[in-house]
Amino acid sequence: MSAYIVRRLLYAVPILVGVNLITFVLFFVVNSPDDMARMQLGVKRVTPEAIRGWKAEHGYDLPLLYNAGAPGLGQVTQTIFFQKSVKLFAFDFGTSDSGRDIGYDISQRMWPSLAIAVPVLAVGLAVNISYALLIVLFRATYVDVGSVVLLVAMMSVSGLFYIIGGQYVLSKLFHLVPISGYDTGLQAWKFLVLPVVVGVIGGIGSGTRWYRTLFLEETTKDYVRTARAKGLGERLVLFRHVLGNALIPILTGVVVVLPLLFMGSLITESFFGIPGLGSYTIDAIDSQDFAIVRAMVFLGSVLYILGLLLTDISYTLVDPRVRLS
Amino acid sequence: MLVILWTDGLIYLLVMLAVGFGLYAARHEHLRAPWRQVVRAPLALASLVVLGGYLTVGLLDTVHVRTNVAPEAGANATSPGGPILSLLDLWLTPLRERAEKTYSAPLATHGFVKEAIEQADGTVIRDYPRLTWGGRHLADPQRDRLADIAVRALLGVCAGLVCWALVVLGVLWLLARRRGMPLTATARDIAGGAGPIPWRTALATLGVMLTLAFAVAALAQVYHVLGTDKVGEDVLYQVLKGIRTGLVIGTVTTLVMLPAAILLGIMAGYFGGWVDDLIQYLYTTLNSIPGVLLIAAAILMLQIYMSNHEEAFTSLVERADLRLLFLCLILGVTSWTGLCRLLRGETLKLREADYVQAAAALGVGDFAILGRHILPNVLHIVLITVVLDFSGLVLAEAVLSYVNIGVDPTMNSWGNMINSARLELAREPMVWWSLAAAFVFMFALVLAANLFADAVRDAYDPRLRVGV
Repeated sequence: MSAYIVRRLLYAVPILVGVNLITFVLFFVVNSPDDMARMQLGVKRVTPEAIRGWKAEHGYDLPLLYNAGAPGLGQVTQTIFFQKSVKLFAFDFGTSDSGRDIGYDISQRMWPSLAIAVPVLAVGLAVNISYALLIVLFRATYVDVGSVVLLVAMMSVSGLFYIIGGQYVLSKLFHLVPISGYDTGLQAWKFLVLPVVVGVIGGIGSGTRWYRTLFLEETTKDYVRTARAKGLGERLVLFRHVLGNALIPILTGVVVVLPLLFMGSLITESFFGIPGLGSYTIDAIDSQDFAIVRAMVFLGSVLYILGLLLTDISYTLVDPRVRLS
Repeated sequence: MLVILWTDGLIYLLVMLAVGFGLYAARHEHLRAPWRQVVRAPLALASLVVLGGYLTVGLLDTVHVRTNVAPEAGANATSPGGPILSLLDLWLTPLRERAEKTYSAPLATHGFVKEAIEQADGTVIRDYPRLTWGGRHLADPQRDRLADIAVRALLGVCAGLVCWALVVLGVLWLLARRRGMPLTATARDIAGGAGPIPWRTALATLGVMLTLAFAVAALAQVYHVLGTDKVGEDVLYQVLKGIRTGLVIGTVTTLVMLPAAILLGIMAGYFGGWVDDLIQYLYTTLNSIPGVLLIAAAILMLQIYMSNHEEAFTSLVERADLRLLFLCLILGVTSWTGLCRLLRGETLKLREADYVQAAAALGVGDFAILGRHILPNVLHIVLITVVLDFSGLVLAEAVLSYVNIGVDPTMNSWGNMINSARLELAREPMVWWSLAAAFVFMFALVLAANLFADAVRDAYDPRLRVGV
């Protein structure tokens, strides 16, 4: 078991190296730091001195890969590649282009992101699975057909409209909760209700449909026929046997997204003014702060790979077939 | 003078591919049978009609021409002429040019915002100004507006019905000739819903679309049917222009990613060994970068490149078009991994199949086996992925444009419409028409695409296939 985990961990290393190289090429080779400086300072009438000043200020005044002028090990470390890309492996994100410590910002901003993402995931899971079970219980009736039509219609609405509609109905029409904003501590709950409700509703369409397919596929299997043949009621078959066996794909599907919950949601957070990592990224994109975007790309990849790793481990825990082979 | 922009070229290519595939499928029973199943499902056929409507508008908007502004004598012949416009632009010229000053509600005759108006006697009052174009033919808007709208809409509906009746007659005549039955008997069959293909549903859908289109067209002659936006542009025009953007994102993205996904996927599955390892490494690495962030990074880089190389882009249209193409490319990069993985898995299975083994034993080369025996047998997966991805990509465009990393801000797209309309909701009274228009058009397209995709998947997925 531990040998398996170690092997998976080692397998993640070359992937992270690959991601790091891709971001390096994307951010420093496609456009040189000079281009970046020109963009930041305004394209028209920018002097070479101004560019040099900007680069020195932000630490971009080094050679890309090899510094011939530096002594000893400095030939490798005193480069943009080492300073800006390799250091990411130690989660040293450096400072943003506006001079703030990115690592500190991330550690502060991930909590509001989690405060929304975790309830959305938990409530959404409960709602979707219950609804899907209900549909499967009434399969091939008007409940089934009507629900599927409703789900496809819900899938066809852009997420933006759920947010706009939610803000309009709950905040503007009924004044139940504030439209947007955030507060520290427990006072935050009233700002969280709306994003969570909208997030759950927006996910019902595709989520429930996916679970419905999952359950329906499960109900055609032999053990279900056996259970029915020995005289079990439909409800018992569904809730004990089908749900129990379908939990394996559900669980692994959830585990893979768990680490990514830290990243938050770009759209939700920017609409509701939540100071999480999603709106952090959006702000960085808007102000063209490359250091932050670079850090978030790397962080996102690490979390994704972590999710894959957790999925593998959870497989070995819940499915004896994987554990034994 | 015909101009072919980058995305235009790709769309033409796509149309040719689709026609080619259609001809190929028509001659191969195993591909024809699923399509027959698709068109026999009423919901899928109705969706197909709706998609056809969108496609028509999109294609009209794809044929671009460079209009000639009155050529001056002695002007340089090689200098670029007037602006690049599409056939749709030319056709909708009245809509395009009849701009108001600012917001106006749908079908309004007066502005939405009060203005200082100078009266004939020199006094200045604050009131809602008359629109420059909307309902300008009315002498007394208060009295005549509703009646005028009703009459025009009714006339439009009538014209639509006449047009629809002609189409129905044409279809009936064709069917009657093919079945060797009299016209009335065929009509009775269709009205009763008999026969394998649900013509009744298709014709009813077409009827609704035609009457709506004609009614809107009749009203659009003298009103802004969906109102105007902040700078006074007609919303109906914008939302129609958005169709092409949505279609391009939904289709060209898949087109540009297909070659890589297919080639790498079947190669990984077929050859195994280090080739498989390398390709798996490649797509795992790309897949592990969150899609939105990769797109954001790439678009930021493109913006830098464009602002540093302004001289390379001669016109706004070309610039926006290149950005659209680039967006398709980068969306393709983030979305090819799923298909690649599916194809790899399927090829792994096919590699062990008897006919592949037999071909290999007979000495057929690897690439001949890939092309002749493997590729045709994984095409159904490609097709299912293409149609399933479409709606997701259309929705993605809106989200990306909202975050400002989508299409060019000057380009008409539903995402840009939503983006610019989000502040309008906070106004009192609310400016709702831009959002509503984008919502309705997007919803109809995505819903039709989803329903159609489901039918295609059901027909092509061997696990779900019944009685074929």
